[in-house]
Amino acid sequence: MPDGIVLACLVGLPFVAAIVAGLLPTRARDTASMLAGAVALVCLGLVWSAYGTVSGGGVLRAELPWMPQLGLSIVLRMDGFAWLFAGLITGIGALVVLYARYYMSAEDPVPRFFSFLLAFMGAMTGLVLSGHLVQLALFWELTSFLSFLLIGYWHHTAAARDGARMALTITATGGLSLFAGVLVLGHIVGSYDLDVVLAAGDTIRDHPLYIVALILIVLGALTKSAQFPFHFWLPHAMAAPTPVSAYLHSATLVKAGVFLLARLWPVMAGTDAWAWTVGLAGLITMLIGAYIAIFQNDLKGLLAYSTISHLGLITLLLGLKSELALIAAIFHTMNHAAFKCSLFMAAGIIDHETGTRDIRRLSGLNGPMPFTARLALVAAAAMAGVPLLNGFISKEMFFAEALSATAPVHPLLNVLPLAAMLASAFSVVYSLRFIHGVFFGSPPTDLPRTPHEPATWMRFPVEILVLTCIMVGVLPAATVGPYLDIAARAVLGDATPYYSLAVWHGVNLPLLMSVVAMAAGVTIYLILQRRLREGMDGPPLIRHLDAQRLFERAMVTLSWRLARTLERIAGTRRLQPQLRLILIAAIVAGAGAAFVRGVGPGNLVPAPIDPVLALLWVVGAACALGAAWQAKFHRLAATILLGGVGLVVCVTFVWFSAPDLALTQLTVEIVTTVLLLLGLRWLPKRMQSSSAREPEVLGRTRRLRDLAIATAAGGCMAMLAYVVMTRTPPELLAQHFLARAYLEGGGTNVVNVILVDFRGFDTLGEIFVVGVVALTTFALLRRFRPAADSVELPEQQRDQLEADEARHARDDGRHVADWLLVPFTLTRLLFPVMLVAAAFLLLRGHDLPGGGFSAGMVVAIAIILQYIVGGTEWTEDRLSLLRPPAWIGTGLLLAAGTGVAAWAFGLPFMTSYFSYADLPVLGKVPMASALIFDIGVFVLVVGATLLMLIALAHQSVRGRRSTPRTLPQAKASPRVADAVGGGG
Amino acid sequence: MEPVLAILIGVLVAVAVWLMLSRNFVRLLLGFAMLGNAVNLSIFVAGRLTRAAPPLIADGAVAFEGAYANPLPQALVLTAIVIGFGLLAFALVLAWQAHVRLGTVLTDEMRIAEPLPEKKEPAS
Repeated sequence: MPDGIVLACLVGLPFVAAIVAGLLPTRARDTASMLAGAVALVCLGLVWSAYGTVSGGGVLRAELPWMPQLGLSIVLRMDGFAWLFAGLITGIGALVVLYARYYMSAEDPVPRFFSFLLAFMGAMTGLVLSGHLVQLALFWELTSFLSFLLIGYWHHTAAARDGARMALTITATGGLSLFAGVLVLGHIVGSYDLDVVLAAGDTIRDHPLYIVALILIVLGALTKSAQFPFHFWLPHAMAAPTPVSAYLHSATLVKAGVFLLARLWPVMAGTDAWAWTVGLAGLITMLIGAYIAIFQNDLKGLLAYSTISHLGLITLLLGLKSELALIAAIFHTMNHAAFKCSLFMAAGIIDHETGTRDIRRLSGLNGPMPFTARLALVAAAAMAGVPLLNGFISKEMFFAEALSATAPVHPLLNVLPLAAMLASAFSVVYSLRFIHGVFFGSPPTDLPRTPHEPATWMRFPVEILVLTCIMVGVLPAATVGPYLDIAARAVLGDATPYYSLAVWHGVNLPLLMSVVAMAAGVTIYLILQRRLREGMDGPPLIRHLDAQRLFERAMVTLSWRLARTLERIAGTRRLQPQLRLILIAAIVAGAGAAFVRGVGPGNLVPAPIDPVLALLWVVGAACALGAAWQAKFHRLAATILLGGVGLVVCVTFVWFSAPDLALTQLTVEIVTTVLLLLGLRWLPKRMQSSSAREPEVLGRTRRLRDLAIATAAGGCMAMLAYVVMTRTPPELLAQHFLARAYLEGGGTNVVNVILVDFRGFDTLGEIFVVGVVALTTFALLRRFRPAADSVELPEQQRDQLEADEARHARDDGRHVADWLLVPFTLTRLLFPVMLVAAAFLLLRGHDLPGGGFSAGMVVAIAIILQYIVGGTEWTEDRLSLLRPPAWIGTGLLLAAGTGVAAWAFGLPFMTSYFSYADLPVLGKVPMASALIFDIGVFVLVVGATLLMLIALAHQSVRGRRSTPRTLPQAKASPRVADAVGGGG
Repeated sequence: MEPVLAILIGVLVAVAVWLMLSRNFVRLLLGFAMLGNAVNLSIFVAGRLTRAAPPLIADGAVAFEGAYANPLPQALVLTAIVIGFGLLAFALVLAWQAHVRLGTVLTDEMRIAEPLPEKKEPAS
């Protein structure tokens, strides 16, 4: 089979199967486990099929370019070392699936479990087969994430949630560190390809960034492999279902860190920095883990700490400057996977059949479950390093390395043999405790369940693993020898030293150390036995050195206290201080940049001052200042002055060749003023803060500060405008539009062509916004009555009503109608004129100033004028066509439809078309599709503007209805025309 | 010419900012309307000042000859005017709603979602 297919299947198949398993019904336990088992076996077969290539020192490689410009490709690569790990992952994976089938309760959503497990298997395989550093980091994070899901599988328990979160926090943070590390490494080497990196050992070690890369990568590896001081997540991960623990914490997840260290060993190890970081972490972890494991009362807790300790041992071996130590590390990784996995499974069986994992409650299980007891005994003996079992051989290699590694590295390492013996003695103690405490002693009593042997197939994976332990222990060279050799040669290449895998090397120092450690372990256990049985509250001496509590405190500090402090410093719950902060930041940033870079004089000479225009601007500025002056007490005056400012801006537009802008500005200014007048009527005139008034001085200081900010903002903007105006513009984008407006857009009014053609999509979005705003305004005001404190009729209206009241023959409002008779007649006459003007503006828009916006505004103004002078009821009686929401919808449909119509001709959305049509009377009229678009804009603007204004205007009708009037009710109660969408 | 126009823009911005820093929502609205004018004007002048040459192609011609006013800022400002109007209308209605529902137009007192921590009463 081609390499690519084998490798892609190995990584892809588990993920595909994970999706399939995830889609199975919740109760499909058998189907899901069959699927998972089949996939694991197929993957194992695929791994085996690659044996021929890798045993000859070959490498399977497949590459899929992804972003070759950035040097990013998907590279799958399997050498002997990756092959060994892939075998472990898939082989143990298959056993764990079988075990889980019997372990998991039918009540659990088992397909979900297998889905996660398969995905994890895929991620893990992807990790070991990655031939690209970034890809490796990606799979690394994926394993963290999937282990989070697996550990938190029983998410209804708090322990699972906390354990999963802690594992994720630690390992994913480490993963980020690793990611940064591989980026640095890739930067040093100039390639992320693993093959290139592995060939660049000297470059890496001599590079000034080596230390940075080392620390970042080692942090990633140490967190993943639960090394001190990050070890504490692993015991908490024991809240996971036992198959997960057996898989993740014996063979896969925690071995990823070790895998990475060994993978990069040839290029990064060999320096003192490596020895001290990796070696020291391993040494401390090995001792502390073994020590704490002794005092665990939970079976899985004991195994978790023993795992930590053994991982420490492997890490320590990797930290030594010796090829033999590396081989020992790989060997121990395999051995540990075998015995620890079987022990986890045994612990799971005990938990499953007795209902508890507490060593203090368990005893004498040898009686009811003799077979399991023997299996566990052998596995535990392997863990303790008893001769003729696999753990013994790797332990002997470790002792030999500990002895030989002392002098060349550092004199301090003279303690290494002692430490090794101590850790070994501790492992004897906890192994003894596991076996003796659980299986021996008085027959079990008072257990949640009556213990009995598990299902045959549940025990089967344990049997396989224990058999492996014995086989490797008795005949190491014949069983595991070739595979270890393949892996070692893949890492070390030609530098692979001679080593001998044998049970008996004669009487030598390592053997002596083993015997001493064994004896010491048994002695310690005998001494501690009684106290352990009674249960001790954590390990003595380091009981208070609780890394978990430190972690939790750090998490609280980071995520709660620090966040609160930052919020207190930088956040505010008031609008004005926020606004002030934003303004100050903008002013400082802008002025700062100008100050730092300096602002030279412009190259354009300012035009001579035109006295008329200058006077106009002075008036504009005066209007603005007047508006600010009057805003507090005279809103009407302020609104009028605001309109004055708008007019000055409008004239400025005219003056400087922007007729379209002037038209739009003028109409919008009118509508805005009407809007403000309508709206401000319902807002209170002056309102004192209901809370205590601030002292006079404070208020004055605040306003002075605001004045300073306002002046600074204005100064900056004036400066900016001046600087821009006195410089020659760079190559203008406008040239593009100027040159193409007629040729491609078919219009001579370039501004309009830009709006409805070149940037038609923007305009489409814009009119949608306007439509939405109008509808929202309408929705907010529907069924709404003005606030009670503003419904009181204004003085003028009261006068008018009283005048009506005084003459009994008259309806309400008659007085006003009489007074306004002349303007009323005039506006009625003006109405058609304005409509014609609007049509004129609309039709000529493409070629001359005008267009949909201004035309729409003119129509809206015409109608509003009727409202103002004729009154709501009168107008709506006569304009029953006035249904603004329908106008909005029509406008949007027209505009969007013009765009969609281009599809019918096989052109992209909003492609325009134009030609000229000869119409009678009107003459030659440009018929661009953009005109239809502009009509859409026009219709929408009419609808939206009217909807907003009418919704506001109707409040007065409602307000009048809800007024508790002292006057008697009007004879004919005002008929509210609910033409506006039925609600008005 | 340019310095005077720049000063006008500055005055408009200053007045707008001053009004928007008020705690009264009504004044904030007025300031907002003013800011719209100021910003539109400054975008417009970024296209430089050109007299008596609107970007209209002469009758019979197919392209421009000579200097013409920059049409791009004009198109942008035209959009901005309309959007600004919509935004102002929306803000006005929101202010109104706030007044009806919360009984205040002072922004500091609109505190339903984020109540201020209770101040401790002085001991006396």
